[in-house]
Amino acid sequence: MFGSHEVPVDLRRRLVYASAAASFALLLLVLRLWWLQILHGEDLAALSENNRIRLRRITATRGRIVDRRGRVLVESEASYDAVLVPEDTKDLEGTVEILAHYLGQSAADTTAVLERASGRPRFQEVLVKRDLSFEEVVAIETHQTELPGVSVRVTPKRLYREGVTLAHVLGYTGEVSREDLKRSNRYRGGDLIGKSGLEQIFDEQLRGVNGGRHVEVDAVGREIRVLDKVDAAAGNTLVLSVDLDLQRSAEQALGEQVGAVVMLDPRNGDVLAMASQPSFDPNLFNGGIRSEDWKQLIGNIRKPMTQRAFRGQYPPGSTFKLVVAAAALQEGVINPFTKIGCSGSHRLGRRDFRCWRRGGHGQMTVIDALAQSCDVFFYQVGQKLGVDTIAKYARMFGMGEPTGIVLGHEKGGVIPDRHWKRERLKEPWYPGETLPVAIGQGYVTATPLQMAHAVGALAVGERYRPRLVLRLEDAGGDVVESIPAELVGELEIKGGVLDEVRHGLLEVVQHPRGTGKRAAVEGIAVAGKTGTSQVVTLAADPKDSKDVPWNQRDHAWFVAFAPAAEPEVAIAVLVEHADGGGGKVAAPVAGAVLEEYFRMQLDFGPVRYAEN
Amino acid sequence: MLRIDRRLVANIEWPLLLLTLLLVGCGLMTILSATYQEGQPFSTHFVKQSIWAVAGLVALLVAMFFDYRLLHRYGYVVYVVSVLSLVLVNIAGIRGGGAQRWIGLGPVSLQPSEFAKIAVVVVLATNLARWAGGSRLAIGRLLAPIALFAVPAFLILRQPDLGTVILIGLVAFSVLLVAGLPLRLVLIAALVVGPALPFGWQHLKPYQQKRIVSFLNPQADPLGAGYHTHQSKIAIGSGMVHGKGYLQGTQNSLHFLPEQHTDFVFSVFAEEWGFVGSALLLLLYAALILRGFVIAGKAKDNLGALLVAGLTATVFWQVVINIAMTSGALPVVGITLPFLSYGGSSLLALLTSIGLMMNVSMRRHAY
Repeated sequence: MFGSHEVPVDLRRRLVYASAAASFALLLLVLRLWWLQILHGEDLAALSENNRIRLRRITATRGRIVDRRGRVLVESEASYDAVLVPEDTKDLEGTVEILAHYLGQSAADTTAVLERASGRPRFQEVLVKRDLSFEEVVAIETHQTELPGVSVRVTPKRLYREGVTLAHVLGYTGEVSREDLKRSNRYRGGDLIGKSGLEQIFDEQLRGVNGGRHVEVDAVGREIRVLDKVDAAAGNTLVLSVDLDLQRSAEQALGEQVGAVVMLDPRNGDVLAMASQPSFDPNLFNGGIRSEDWKQLIGNIRKPMTQRAFRGQYPPGSTFKLVVAAAALQEGVINPFTKIGCSGSHRLGRRDFRCWRRGGHGQMTVIDALAQSCDVFFYQVGQKLGVDTIAKYARMFGMGEPTGIVLGHEKGGVIPDRHWKRERLKEPWYPGETLPVAIGQGYVTATPLQMAHAVGALAVGERYRPRLVLRLEDAGGDVVESIPAELVGELEIKGGVLDEVRHGLLEVVQHPRGTGKRAAVEGIAVAGKTGTSQVVTLAADPKDSKDVPWNQRDHAWFVAFAPAAEPEVAIAVLVEHADGGGGKVAAPVAGAVLEEYFRMQLDFGPVRYAEN
Repeated sequence: MLRIDRRLVANIEWPLLLLTLLLVGCGLMTILSATYQEGQPFSTHFVKQSIWAVAGLVALLVAMFFDYRLLHRYGYVVYVVSVLSLVLVNIAGIRGGGAQRWIGLGPVSLQPSEFAKIAVVVVLATNLARWAGGSRLAIGRLLAPIALFAVPAFLILRQPDLGTVILIGLVAFSVLLVAGLPLRLVLIAALVVGPALPFGWQHLKPYQQKRIVSFLNPQADPLGAGYHTHQSKIAIGSGMVHGKGYLQGTQNSLHFLPEQHTDFVFSVFAEEWGFVGSALLLLLYAALILRGFVIAGKAKDNLGALLVAGLTATVFWQVVINIAMTSGALPVVGITLPFLSYGGSSLLALLTSIGLMMNVSMRRHAY
């Protein structure tokens, strides 16, 4: 079955050609070796002694982070580090000691350097001291002859110009960890990488591409000439939606209070301000945070490292009533003229559910009930709606799930319903549990970002994903990538209903008996809602919040949008364990930031110039 | 199948075997030097490679004693198994150095792309055997070989391993040339495609070029590559005429050479043995390659001729590209030096190839 024939002549001829071609190619290789080993052998042998050709990295400048008006928040500046190549020193310990003298280092520092110098690939630089002063650089340069193998390396250092301002959003950088190195081969030991916040999320965009130089060095490690150079490419600039003035004003308005402020543009989701107090200074993390600083940050009971704006979950309290009011009107449970009487409490089964106002509010329409934040009104309405319907509307407003902001580990809050309780607690829903939900208590929780998002949705009827970064620009200022506004939901609620609820919120601030009068801004119609959410149920009514331990005091909320007729901004303010309710504590904070927004508009023109 | 015929034993291809053993010896010796550490007579790399060499010799014997003409029937089976192993690498391979190239089998890991080199030669020889050297090659007949090359090439590119894809492409091309691909056609194709490639490349934006390069070759450090070449050239050149002597190479012992026991093993050899040693090594390769083409020419049939020619071409291209790369005449692509570079799968595949060549040679008088 196998054909038995000789290999054809043509094929054999081709094999002869192949042999000739192969011989020729191998001969060329021999010539190449002759050129390298005989013609240039001596030069190359000289270079091989003491490894005269070295690769020195040029670290790329990390990109800047700027606010929406281009004001620099984070940038990189040159930092000078003393480094040494142990193989180039005649006497390592002696050199390190002389160096310690010029740099004012202690004996402990010296031992640390020597420790780093052992157990490392040969001819690799060892870091002696970071971030040298001008005098120290001069000292090393002028005493070069005493210090063989020592050189000054320029590396970029991260500078957070505004210190604590916006720190949770910006994040911080640090030296790449062993785990990072294992996970990705894009990093090398000693690299600076983003560890949290935008620095981490946009690390790849910010870091740029490192370059390097092949240099020829002399016997003590000084550069003689550069053989080859690949320039580093600087990282991209991150243009934020945040306005530095608004951010500062939000942080100032909170002052020493613990809490968060989120201000959004409801028309496109832009995050104009996102404050979380107390804050920390990311500059502390430069070149590794000192352990006493770290202990202080972690040990503080006010938790400065916590991003409260979207990782803190709190019962929204009465601010949740805007959702319940919209649900009740849309579902036809009430109409704008329906009046419900409030006697100060509402009985369900054998339990009395009290209104915050013991004496009762009397007969109220939905607008009155919002303006004066009547609990009984909403108990009754909520009971008729049922928890599942309330949950459906809350989700329509973006609650119960993360809003999708670009920063990681966002919390989604809790919007309870029958299904949720069965899944999570393996228990049926009891009718008495619906009533607290109707006033934003019970199982309900939300983040300040979610509440700003929700009140913004009420203002414009649509929800946009919170947008923190507007665009990325390269070092030359050309736009690399623009991040478009992203519509994530629409309120399936009649326009008339929304107007009614908006009217109620306007009354909160405008009406003489409104609970949020302190948020008023002169000349601007502000619509808002106060909220005071219980942390613990206290046995007796305290006379004064000062009598209650700090961590048992109520949280104060205020959510708002303005101007009421044509909303441009939505804001949520949360003060943890406040000295009073939402109207007293949170509303003035919102008022101050809103005032700054409208004052700025007079000075600079509209904040909104980013394309939608 | 493993019936050992007295006549076959009489026809054993001793010269090829001898050259192979010499090269394997050189390889083990160089790996020992490249991975030598003070106070340790034998490095683990050396021990492992020695074990692989023994396994390879067994593979060589197995590859020698079945009748290669069975490949007429089973050539495609070999090919399909090889392609499946490449698919497996893509799905469940072991990652290392930014690529996914290995399959774990208990204590050892195999690199299927090394065996794919043989499989592609086998399947092309099977496919082309019917008409090679006969009538002029029609374009239509090229479709099957191109498809047979493209499937494993695509899978290997995904690992990604650009060097091996380039190598398999060159080998496939060589087999086609020997089989009768008209030179006119090659010339026309070169004239059309040649200028178009750099032209198209120029029209890409720098970041696109970078993306393509880093996709194809994730280990390539734009800086590192140039640096490695520099260091490699220094190592080779500093060997001068006679070399620095065995275990005396400094570039290597100071760990300046990258991958000194795999892709850059030749610089270690050249530094220690100088021009004299390097030229002798090249002479050994030349003898092996020329002997391969002679065996191909004397083969009983087209299948045997193309098989041996293809396997010889594999060795040839690897030698040329690797030495050109380490001596700075070609850009750095990951192609190893046959018999010298460290790597179990590579050595196993090479010795299997030699076994197949001897197989064909032994049966040149068979009927």
